[in-house]
Amino acid sequence: METNEIKRVIIIGAGQAGGEAAQRLRQGGFEGEITLIGEEPAPPYQRPPLSKKYLAGEFGMERLLLRPASVYADERIALLTDTRAVWIDRKGKRVRLEGGRELPYDALVLATGARPRKLSLAGADLEGVHLFRTAEDVDAMKPAFVAGAKLVVIGAGYIGLEGAAVARQMGLEVTVIETAVRPLARVTSPEVAGFFLDEHTRQGVRFVLGGQPAVIKGQDRVRAVGLADGTEIPADIVLTGIGVNPETTLAQHCNLPVDNGIVTDARCRTEDEAIFAIGDCANRPIAHYDGRQCRLESVHNAIEGAKIVAATILGKEAALETPWFWSDQYDLKLQIAGLFHGYDHVVFRGVMADRAFAAFYYKGDRLLAVDAVNRPAEFLGAKALIHKGLSVSPETIADMARPMKEIVAAAG
Amino acid sequence: MPKITYIEDSGKEHAIDAPEGQTVMEAAVKHAVPGIDADCGGACACATCHVYVDPEWLGKTGEANSMEQSMLDFANDVETNSRLSCQIKITKELDGLVVRLPKSQH
Repeated sequence: METNEIKRVIIIGAGQAGGEAAQRLRQGGFEGEITLIGEEPAPPYQRPPLSKKYLAGEFGMERLLLRPASVYADERIALLTDTRAVWIDRKGKRVRLEGGRELPYDALVLATGARPRKLSLAGADLEGVHLFRTAEDVDAMKPAFVAGAKLVVIGAGYIGLEGAAVARQMGLEVTVIETAVRPLARVTSPEVAGFFLDEHTRQGVRFVLGGQPAVIKGQDRVRAVGLADGTEIPADIVLTGIGVNPETTLAQHCNLPVDNGIVTDARCRTEDEAIFAIGDCANRPIAHYDGRQCRLESVHNAIEGAKIVAATILGKEAALETPWFWSDQYDLKLQIAGLFHGYDHVVFRGVMADRAFAAFYYKGDRLLAVDAVNRPAEFLGAKALIHKGLSVSPETIADMARPMKEIVAAAG
Repeated sequence: MPKITYIEDSGKEHAIDAPEGQTVMEAAVKHAVPGIDADCGGACACATCHVYVDPEWLGKTGEANSMEQSMLDFANDVETNSRLSCQIKITKELDGLVVRLPKSQH
């Protein structure tokens, strides 16, 4: 399709990916119609603070919003909140909304995100059992977040641990149940996971590792979480953070290829050249990792997808970045550059006891990724190295006498 | 409300009424000032909200802490008056602040 034939763009999903795509299209000079459709009542907002400052009450909804609600009208972006798209007619290039209204498109962007997995346990629907995805989810749990309340977090991923950290800082009693034998098993190395386990333990979080939740007990409200071995953990609130599934229903219904997300090419195009997919719902090749197909759940990925789609529709090229992530827990800022999967050895710069260190992950000679804890220079330095396809020897990395900036400059 | 003026690399000026308590980054992003990306939304995690503080104002904006300074070391075209705008909180005293934006945040 010639890009100048695109007059009407519909974006389904008004999270960060969808919101950024609309904004970047308009700011990039797209003159046609932009319709942004979202199921939530609010305009696009940032999700990362939900498990951090928003839960802690430091941020209100107004500060979560990516842009004030009025900006959409100013920029001629038709924002349809509280609206569900139910069908895509690929042949007729139309999207049908709940209620029957149909909207035509020349280009369609699927930014449908992901849905948190629910516990498939008896009692999982009891009051006091919460998911962690939307501002509404957090609004629902916040009143019970009071000092002395008993919180059980199921799942020791980043979201669960961030929730645990905020809860401890607010004076709740916190137990984290994880089916794996260590926290963060899917997302970092045993060494870095061990550091966070120690830190949370020191802060008073109790861990049940290798624990198998079997039932949520209570009458009207949750009272306890029962484990498979018969142990009962008292709970006033249960927070579920056991991962997400990409939201691919619409794509599947119109027979677009789906394999752990909606499959796209490097331009975020699906098999149908008029349909793109970006953000948590999409599975695209990542340039910095030999074009490996990845479904990333991150702000960087949401923004990058939006940049790519906007550039493609405008007939331009988008500048790509090394994938990056972050997590805030207590006074620890974890910044991650790159994708560590497949690493065969890890080299440390700095020591954990200082609560400021970086783990460099290598496969052979190649630097794959870095987990930097309170080490922003190592994070940005590694991000630059990976972006340029450069590596640095483990001896150099471990040499704290050489500043990171100098190491990066010397690498080329 | 304090007024903050953002000057793009091209010279184009944006004068914005910025609410106290927000950051210089947030006020810019919410008014779609081009040239401040702020990918991480203000978590001091990405270094894409780099600005140059007008030298007259340096006393009032304060100095970068060590975390911010380390991030700035890797930004493009850093000067002695460089700051990450997500780390400058808007107060009454900053009414009239002028910041200039770099050519690129990446």
